[in-house]
Amino acid sequence: MSLFADRELAWMIGGILVFLSIASLIAWVLKGRARTESAQATVANLVARIRAWWAMVFVFGIAIATGGYGSLVMFAIVSFLAMREFMTLLPTRRADHRAMVWTFFLFLPAQYLFVAIGWYGMFALLIPVYAYLLLPSVQVLAGDTEDFLARTSRLQWVLMICVFCVSHAPALQMLDIPGYEGQGAKLLLFLVVVTQISDVLQYTVGKLFGKRKAVPTVSPNKTVEGYLGGGGLAVLIGTALWWATPFAPWQAALLSLVIVLAGIAGGLVMSAVKRDRQVKDFGALIPGHGGVLDRIDSLCFSAPLFFHLTRFFFT
Amino acid sequence: MLLERIVSACLRGLCRLFTGAQPRWLCDPRSLAPRVYFANHCSHLDTVVVWSTLPETLRERTRPVAARDYWGHGTVRRFIAERVFDALLIDRKAAEGAEQVEQHRQQTLDAMTAVLDSERSLILYPEGTRGSGSAVQPFRAGLYHLARARPGVPLVPVYLGNLARILPKGAALPVPMQGQVVFGPELRIAIGEDKHMFLERCRQAVLELAGGRA
Repeated sequence: MSLFADRELAWMIGGILVFLSIASLIAWVLKGRARTESAQATVANLVARIRAWWAMVFVFGIAIATGGYGSLVMFAIVSFLAMREFMTLLPTRRADHRAMVWTFFLFLPAQYLFVAIGWYGMFALLIPVYAYLLLPSVQVLAGDTEDFLARTSRLQWVLMICVFCVSHAPALQMLDIPGYEGQGAKLLLFLVVVTQISDVLQYTVGKLFGKRKAVPTVSPNKTVEGYLGGGGLAVLIGTALWWATPFAPWQAALLSLVIVLAGIAGGLVMSAVKRDRQVKDFGALIPGHGGVLDRIDSLCFSAPLFFHLTRFFFT
Repeated sequence: MLLERIVSACLRGLCRLFTGAQPRWLCDPRSLAPRVYFANHCSHLDTVVVWSTLPETLRERTRPVAARDYWGHGTVRRFIAERVFDALLIDRKAAEGAEQVEQHRQQTLDAMTAVLDSERSLILYPEGTRGSGSAVQPFRAGLYHLARARPGVPLVPVYLGNLARILPKGAALPVPMQGQVVFGPELRIAIGEDKHMFLERCRQAVLELAGGRA
């Protein structure tokens, strides 16, 4: 599963680097052309975003290149950072403290441990069954019933999004697909590339051609043109990557469509959460992008769907 | 020395991991002159967070004021307080009788002014004890007496946000969350300023840094 042993993987990573280089070049040209203040601000944000992309690709590249465990550890850290951002925004009470400690120090490591040892049953049930029942039990023992249903629901939701959903991305590597053994890293890369390129292209097409606001009350920057153009292009790119996956081109197209649609839903849902909590971003860890959770909102939704569709039809 | 350095680096790393705390400076973070940092107190993390977010040059010359009844107990705690933080341990429990109380106050004050006179800074919590995190308690007089004793030393209000949720009173383990550390603009005591007005002014200075999120 090493980068050097698999030529297709090397091609994919090489493609990403070329793509990013072109993006950097375009940003560099735009930087010289921006005249108005708002244009300069947009370009400055673009430059920050692209720079952060280089850093993210670097980290993810190392994770992929070090084999299954590398990406597992990276996604565990991503889960940790995302949950740290999310917990910060929750209106929790003193009585929730112990249950919150459990989500970080018991359920998060356990979930990734089950991915690591390839125990599918516990991977799929730990959070929806065991955490689902244990966390409210821990909370109720603290004796505070004020706002109880909402408090316990919030905690469940955060754990599902930040740990359960995210862990499906590295878990792709534990799928046994006939004729595709030991090549799970490419499946993971396929998911991440289609999800993220869809975000990037929606943003780009929306900025260039966006006119009609798609969901003004939730996310005023999203446009119909961005969704259709960016999403459509992302499906094309996903389809064009079929050679690196166990899928036929038409299957890659359909799965890319699912990834794109799930990603759009994820972005909107997390935008609604941010509006609800009255913040613009989940954090400020990634310059130009916001927090970790702002970057992976679409992945939270696309990873579990892609995982289970692949598992159902191809294993 | 090596052990102190390792523990220091670990503490700062853990602090970063659990609180994500990045300091915001509204005064000059490079000024080496002695200062008194005073912060709201709501968690055992407070001292670690202020201490670890100070730039290294300032950290070396800053001594947190800590309660002997907590930080002086246990080998690990004591090691951290004395050898890593270089804390100034003081007795919170005042002695019996008016005369002894006065004597105790004078001793504490002398210990603190001695630190400032040796060109080093102090971190202290004028609330005296940890609050619930939801409000900043009225300040005790110690800050006033210290400011009167060394009126030339700038006082820096420090706001610590969210730390009570990360490690509340009575909890053994922290929940990782984003904390806030804001170092406010320097202030000084005015000539002849009333004790209560001064203390309330200092308290408001901390509250203002909260930016509506107390």
